[in-house]
Amino acid sequence: MRVGVVVFPGSNCDHDAYHVVKHVLSQEADFVWHKDSDLSGLDAVVLPGGFSYGDYLRTGAIARFSPVMGAVREFAATGRPMLGICNGFQILQEAGLLPGAMLRNASVKFLSQPVQVRVERTDTPVTAGLRTGEVLTMPIAHGDGNFYLPDGELDRLEGEGQIVFRYVSADGRLDAAANPNGSARAIAGVCNRARNVVGLMPHPERACEAELGSADGRRLFEALIRSVVAA
Amino acid sequence: MKARVYVTLKKSVFDPQGHTIHDALHGMGYASVAGVRQGKFFELDLGQVDSAELARKTAEEIAHRVLANPVIEAYRVEIES
Repeated sequence: MRVGVVVFPGSNCDHDAYHVVKHVLSQEADFVWHKDSDLSGLDAVVLPGGFSYGDYLRTGAIARFSPVMGAVREFAATGRPMLGICNGFQILQEAGLLPGAMLRNASVKFLSQPVQVRVERTDTPVTAGLRTGEVLTMPIAHGDGNFYLPDGELDRLEGEGQIVFRYVSADGRLDAAANPNGSARAIAGVCNRARNVVGLMPHPERACEAELGSADGRRLFEALIRSVVAA
Repeated sequence: MKARVYVTLKKSVFDPQGHTIHDALHGMGYASVAGVRQGKFFELDLGQVDSAELARKTAEEIAHRVLANPVIEAYRVEIES
């Protein structure tokens, strides 16, 4: 399988994602520069974390007008899997490909720490084969990860089963103290209605080898590979 | 023609930065300050535009498309005559 990693000016987790796909999981990986507009030949696309355009204006606000985004939109529309991590998630929100928007963390602090997230849905390309309720440990590193939607929209999201990951305590309970950034309903990750586009704030690509403190993130990439092979 | 665009979080959205500034003002002794909302200010030089109406239309389009995120933010446009 071949995974494209989109590189925006200011992306800084692009090499981590490439490393995981290519060296940890022995799949093909390509960097795709944000001025390219060709995603043909790719089985899956990752929008990596970082600070595209320095987070000027708002996180993801300028990147979403990059030339590659037309092709990203078309790729998503074909139903092939797409994963937005941290800033990649924010870009997909700005582009309207994923719901919600990110407010500044409730603490107004940049947070860089491991968190626990609970798998809420297993019918997405990055959670297929995992168990609902399973708790994964991955790092977060963001200043704007406070997921927001109005209450009515949150109800709709719950109803449609679009909440994929929630911040929880180590034993898997919802707990205000385990919600690092104040996200509405402890939302750490969501998918689109078609369920092929997933975004999350934690960094699975930084948790794919035991040496890095957790290998839980690897399970998301393994699920992605299984989804492509099964398709 | 110039346009001024003010972008703020919607009233229904909690503003952690405004809240922090509010707390700081109380700490500084401005006890009567009842609230602070933080936002962004843009001054757009729109170049040659035929009418104030067209300038407003253009500035509002820019505000809606990029300067503000309509999920969380509201904007207000003023045209400098």
